[in-house]
Amino acid sequence: MMWWEYLLKYFQVFLVGGVICILGQILINKTKMTSARILVLFLLIGVLLEAVGLFKYIEQFGHAGITVQIVGFGSTLAKSAIEGAKEGFLGAVTGGMRGAAGGLTAAIVFGFIFSLVFKSHSKKL
Amino acid sequence: MEKKEYQEYISKTTPKTNELKTILTAFVVGGCISIVAEGVKDILTLIFPSFDVKSIASLTTIIMIFLGGFFTALGLYDKLGYYAGAGSVLPITGFANSVVSPAMEYNKEGIVFGVMAKMFTIAGPVIVTGISASVLVGIIYYLLGLMGVAI
Amino acid sequence: MKVGKESFKIESDVRITSTYTIAGPMEGNGNFGSYYDIVLENDEWGCDSHEKCETKMHKEAIKGVMEKAKATDESVDMLFGGDLLNQIIATSYSARDFDISYVGLYGACSTFGLSLAVGAMLIGGNYIRNGIVCTSSHYATAERQYRYPLELGTQPTPSSQWTVTGAGASFLEASSDRTYPKITGVTIGRVIDMGINDANNMGAAMAPSCADTIMQHLSDFGRDAEYYDMIISGDLGKYGRQVLHYLCKQNGYELANVLNDAGAMIYNNSQKKSVQGGSGAGCSSIVFNSYFYKEMMRGNFKKILLVPTGALLSKIETLQGETIPAVSHAIAIEMDD
Repeated sequence: MMWWEYLLKYFQVFLVGGVICILGQILINKTKMTSARILVLFLLIGVLLEAVGLFKYIEQFGHAGITVQIVGFGSTLAKSAIEGAKEGFLGAVTGGMRGAAGGLTAAIVFGFIFSLVFKSHSKKL
Repeated sequence: MEKKEYQEYISKTTPKTNELKTILTAFVVGGCISIVAEGVKDILTLIFPSFDVKSIASLTTIIMIFLGGFFTALGLYDKLGYYAGAGSVLPITGFANSVVSPAMEYNKEGIVFGVMAKMFTIAGPVIVTGISASVLVGIIYYLLGLMGVAI
Repeated sequence: MKVGKESFKIESDVRITSTYTIAGPMEGNGNFGSYYDIVLENDEWGCDSHEKCETKMHKEAIKGVMEKAKATDESVDMLFGGDLLNQIIATSYSARDFDISYVGLYGACSTFGLSLAVGAMLIGGNYIRNGIVCTSSHYATAERQYRYPLELGTQPTPSSQWTVTGAGASFLEASSDRTYPKITGVTIGRVIDMGINDANNMGAAMAPSCADTIMQHLSDFGRDAEYYDMIISGDLGKYGRQVLHYLCKQNGYELANVLNDAGAMIYNNSQKKSVQGGSGAGCSSIVFNSYFYKEMMRGNFKKILLVPTGALLSKIETLQGETIPAVSHAIAIEMDD
């Protein structure tokens, strides 16, 4: 890849990642949704996009701009479940968990280690 | 004053969020975190040319979760969140933040009932919906396969 | 003696003879920084949890006011107070270090008013000679109980408030010394719920109860608002103060010249993260016990009406879809002419 291709790619990443966050921010502003609800909603959007097969087109354009979002996590879950479905019923049921294994393990283990080493800081005005 | 009348007055006069400013910061921060992730992915591809796309993606996610957790542990992620709003909630780093922050908050109540039990007070719903939805999608595709629909 | 519907006139001399305040670092940087007895350097104060810090603040505030009043465990008749935590732990756990009859009270952020009212009525009725009133709150403990973990990256909504870290204690006694401010009457409010369910809009949830208590107080005692140099609501915040003003005006009371709010006053303009101002059981307590008490002693205020306001919500009931009930109590504090 030439340097300007990298530049263009990173610009697309920035754009897609930013636009997804704009959608989330508009929801927060309009509905006063808490962060847990926003995360759940966008995760479901990711699962849906993957299930109907639209996700890969956005990914081709936006790369990490969408895969790093929670939407991408949802897509990983759905994609692995779809792949698992090819192996049979058990694969269809366990596929999602298999796909999310890396992320979930990281969240749990890092969360556990950090909580043992660090403590909450009080906020300042 | 009637309850309804009062509620209308309140919803009319309650101070509103500065839409433009919050949307702009969400855009910039969300975009920047995405760029970091893309950078991590590119560097990993350079270091491990033999890895397939899936492993690189998985490793990128793990590193981003580490970064989100680490900045939470240092007490910086909430400061970012104050300005960024959705810009720091929606990336996977925000998910890491929602796991690490309650775990740290409750470590004074002990490891078992504090850290371990409270770790998923915020992220729990995300995991439950995610796994459940994936099972649903898997079963639908399995049934479609049985019916002979090409996937 | 009962006056009107909800008010009680305190007929004997019940005076606030000493006060003591402990404030957190953010409050120390606020508008009344120089008025507090102690300003903490950080909000842990050497304790290993924020709850323990709040308990310590509560205890030290009681100790501080006892020292100032030269009182001992034997000479104090009763301890009143409360805080925001479940089972009012900061108050109860600090009370175990004193050999004094203990009355734990809960009225959310209105607890200071409730405690002053109960204390003043018991002393006024000659049941006890003196008592200590102390309430506290702590940003980190309230945040954890009512909202989110501290490290969670969330944006404050534009109507939210910042829980005050601080503890304030007053020493009440039957005294005829005219140099001290006197509690002349109290109004115990009723619980009012106007159907607000946004836990980030406490000002709107509490303003109707505050307006109701102020108007009831004025009508029970047959006074108009100008009788007081200042009417101070507890912790409505800037927006809540505006709503309170509007509500009173709707009912024919013009309070613009006398109305102020402890929550709106406590932080300065550069402390933007407080958004609408302070809240919490410690808010009206440290503002009254520092600024207003000292200014009354200097003669800058003659008659004030303190109206701490409390939103009686719980996280559980909010999740179950309940609206927020609120209560306010009015305390008339006057200097003898």
